[in-house]
Amino acid sequence: MTNHWIDIQHSDCILIQGSNAAENHPISFKWVMRAKDKGATVIHVDPRFTRTSARCSLYAPLRSGTDIAFLGGMINYIIENDKFFKDYVVNYTNAPLLVDEGFGFKDGLFSGFDPKKRKYDKTTWAYQKNADGTFKRDKSLKDRHCVFQLLKKHYSRYDMKTVSAVTGTPVEDLKKVYEAFSATGRPDKAGTIMYALGQTHHTVAVQNIRCFGIIQLLLGNIGVCGGGINALRGEPNVQGSTDHALLSYNLPGYLPAPRVGHGSFEKYLKTVARTTGEPDSLNWQSNYNKYAVSLMRAFFPDAPKETGYGFDWLPKLDDGQDASVLPLFDEMYKGTIKGFSCFGQNPACSIPNSNKVRAALQKLEWMVHFNIFDNETASFWKQPGVDPRKVGTEVFLLPAAAAVEKEGSQANSGRWMQWKYAAAKAPGDCLSAGDVIYRIQMKLKELYKKEGGVFPEPVLGVFTDMVDGKGRYDAEKVARLINGVFTRDVTINNVAYKKGECVPGFALLQADGSTACGNWICSGSFTRDGQNLMKRRGKKDPTGLGLYPEWSYSWPANRRVIYNRASVDPHGKPWNPKRALVEWKDGKWVGDVVDGAPPPLAEKGGKLPFIMRPEGVGCLFGPGLADGPFPEHYEPVESPFEKHPFSRQRNTPLLRLYESDKDVYASASAKFPLVMTTYSCTEHWCTGALTRWQSWLSEAQPGAYVELSEELARERGLKNGDKIRVVSARGSVEAVAMVTPRITPFQCGDKKVHLVGMTFNYGWMTPGGDSANLLTPTCGDSNSMTPEYKAFMVNIEKIA
Amino acid sequence: MSNGKSIIVDTSRCTGCRGCQVACKQWNGLPASPTTQTGTYQNPPDFNGCTYKVVRFADGRGADGKPYWYFVSDMCRHCVEPPCLAGSSVEGGMIHDEATGAVVYTARSKDDDFETAQSVCPYNVPRKNEETGVMVKCTMCIDRISNGMVPACVQSCPTGAMVFGDRDEILAEVQRRVAELKKTHPKAQAVDADSVRVIFIVTDDPERYHTHLKA
Repeated sequence: MTNHWIDIQHSDCILIQGSNAAENHPISFKWVMRAKDKGATVIHVDPRFTRTSARCSLYAPLRSGTDIAFLGGMINYIIENDKFFKDYVVNYTNAPLLVDEGFGFKDGLFSGFDPKKRKYDKTTWAYQKNADGTFKRDKSLKDRHCVFQLLKKHYSRYDMKTVSAVTGTPVEDLKKVYEAFSATGRPDKAGTIMYALGQTHHTVAVQNIRCFGIIQLLLGNIGVCGGGINALRGEPNVQGSTDHALLSYNLPGYLPAPRVGHGSFEKYLKTVARTTGEPDSLNWQSNYNKYAVSLMRAFFPDAPKETGYGFDWLPKLDDGQDASVLPLFDEMYKGTIKGFSCFGQNPACSIPNSNKVRAALQKLEWMVHFNIFDNETASFWKQPGVDPRKVGTEVFLLPAAAAVEKEGSQANSGRWMQWKYAAAKAPGDCLSAGDVIYRIQMKLKELYKKEGGVFPEPVLGVFTDMVDGKGRYDAEKVARLINGVFTRDVTINNVAYKKGECVPGFALLQADGSTACGNWICSGSFTRDGQNLMKRRGKKDPTGLGLYPEWSYSWPANRRVIYNRASVDPHGKPWNPKRALVEWKDGKWVGDVVDGAPPPLAEKGGKLPFIMRPEGVGCLFGPGLADGPFPEHYEPVESPFEKHPFSRQRNTPLLRLYESDKDVYASASAKFPLVMTTYSCTEHWCTGALTRWQSWLSEAQPGAYVELSEELARERGLKNGDKIRVVSARGSVEAVAMVTPRITPFQCGDKKVHLVGMTFNYGWMTPGGDSANLLTPTCGDSNSMTPEYKAFMVNIEKIA
Repeated sequence: MSNGKSIIVDTSRCTGCRGCQVACKQWNGLPASPTTQTGTYQNPPDFNGCTYKVVRFADGRGADGKPYWYFVSDMCRHCVEPPCLAGSSVEGGMIHDEATGAVVYTARSKDDDFETAQSVCPYNVPRKNEETGVMVKCTMCIDRISNGMVPACVQSCPTGAMVFGDRDEILAEVQRRVAELKKTHPKAQAVDADSVRVIFIVTDDPERYHTHLKA
């Protein structure tokens, strides 16, 4: 989230798209309802009318997988009807920047596409520069090469009639949503966007979110109270796990994972520490070298400087290598991966194309499974249709402590790192993940010491100072290292710091090896003398806006709303004085912890507000992404349409499809005419691996169901409660038909499209049915590799 | 006696999350009843010997052709003058708590006339525990509210759809909410507010929510 949960109440208009917030984040509706009480318009855009829609002021249906068309139409509406916040757009976004004259877009592709490599050469996506290295600008926004004009031209193709024919949303509903949300493009109004996996589970995931970025920048809704783009994160600590490099292409703190092409540590540091030719840009990324060095010092406390403080010991990705879950199980299925450690997951039900995943697991030599319950992954060797005697995999099941049995930090969607305490002792031999990893590490070290081996340095050199006097994992000790400590006595800006003291904030992290820090964004969560600020529970609210600066610790720097420098005009006066997050007053900042200390733009020494971008401004034009600087609608890999409705490029151009015998795709096929989408319900969590054992929850949602429209039921002769089989090109699953007026067929131009939906909350181990992921295709987004769980094609048949 | 306690169940704020249904089971130590998926979110399908609180789901299309989905967190109404109590023939089988107005069935109710209790209830609430024969239903969490806590269902509600308090204050709040809702929903009303302690606020005809929502 750019903002935080409590802030939602301040919004004048809430757009919930790609999220079933009321069902999957029930507490969010405490704040949504408060906004509604104050007169906010609450909009839900979704393929289904859900428990969220039931509480909204406006509901607009859309065919799953067409969000960019829907939002592209909104961008067009905002520009054509002059609804954008001009002062904000001119000063705080890259709208006036001129782009290379060679940049263009034709037949669904941006300039520079290489069809053989399925890759863009991004040379023409660059800004034009003056001789002194600064960006060329046209603040009148009239130059035909300026970002604003390129944006306008790109989205002029997204008129409401075209959009409606793609999304199936009636034009009148489009108009209502566009009008309501674009009304927030004024200094005294704020609109917020709440999204979740409904946006990210697509092959165009990142570009879906980019649309939100463009809309919110045009309307001046980023950085302001009641605004922002708010990702509702999944499990209680998924924000924390992402911050700490859950994804294969990150190191902690969103530093890029090292690749072979980075070469030496020096070269890596040069790549990550971005430079800028823009004198007004604070360009915070220029500090990334300090964070990378400090991270290595935390990983490998005694590594010699000549090894890049241990950087040379880290595993490197090949250039262009995708090491996410889809290739992981593809490689496992090919037999190249021999061993698998699975911590707290259930991929046999959660990863697309479960038949392939379940077959892949059988090719392993060994699997370590660490969980609080048995699940379909741990027991793959006895799944239906498999003879355990024929499975050669050795499986180790390690009993885990549950979340409530562990002390530690937990970061919520609003980036609050809150310390929690163990509420109960873990039963029997159950251990925390920290204890398990520590024991494995120590054993590995012992074996390497005793027996030697190839390349022992990383194993012998990795930090192990993570236990208390009795040898138990000590979460607070690790949290201190994550915050950062001085590795020797140093003096910075005339202040002397002693070895072992906590680094009181990331601004003090150093590139000379004198600081060790496990995650720079968390730096500041401990005071210099070691006080753990995540434990704070102070209830002071000095701004009256519910920022609660003394409650826990909000990364970065205890800032409650990020990009908050954009909430004031270039002189530092709040755009909306009634909801002033920060203000430049008598030569200093007051309010929330401001995004970068320098004065506002128009003051002496003033800086641009978007400090994490080298440009210093928000990016309407986003040249950093792999698949295009503007989001463009592409059809899902499997869709009812043979051709793109208004261009020549049907799928996202960088798409990778998989080639195993289990990876079959069927688009615009008469055999699979129905769009399917998958989701979760309130009562179960993810694959249900934890909740299906909870009798009160299984009582409320006892088995798999397929939601389908009354019209489709009539066409197929189905009744509510009938047992049906859902079939895709990859697999089939049985479920109960739930015939409901809450799903309506989509009129996409002259084609009527039916959509069905199913939760992925079940598995063969418990009564109630198997996973919806037996149906989903192996394909993912070109930037994030997130699988396309939300839009693919199936058929249904009645089980006699 | 004072005017006792009351609960608002404001369906215009309910998200149907069923936190209340589960909280009720948890506080009262009630087991799950066996259920199957029959084509509805509503499960268990009705009250039973181990279910005192059930969220009912009703979907359809309004006059404008758009879908609606109504949620009713159903429970005993704790009538101001409880007809079940009037029909009771066993001393101490049913208690009308003076301080709160809660109607509570005790272990002695196993000897009471269940058929009568059920037939006189306009909301079809009383059930019988199959094993013990004791009559069961919501107790307004008498054990909690007598100790300064709010009922478990109210405690679990994330949106303020359920509110517990002194009846006089609750009635005033009901009036305020209905007046506010009438501006956008002309059919908004408080169901049987004068005769029950658990007052449902609806924005459409009560029968669209559930057959027994209104007496």
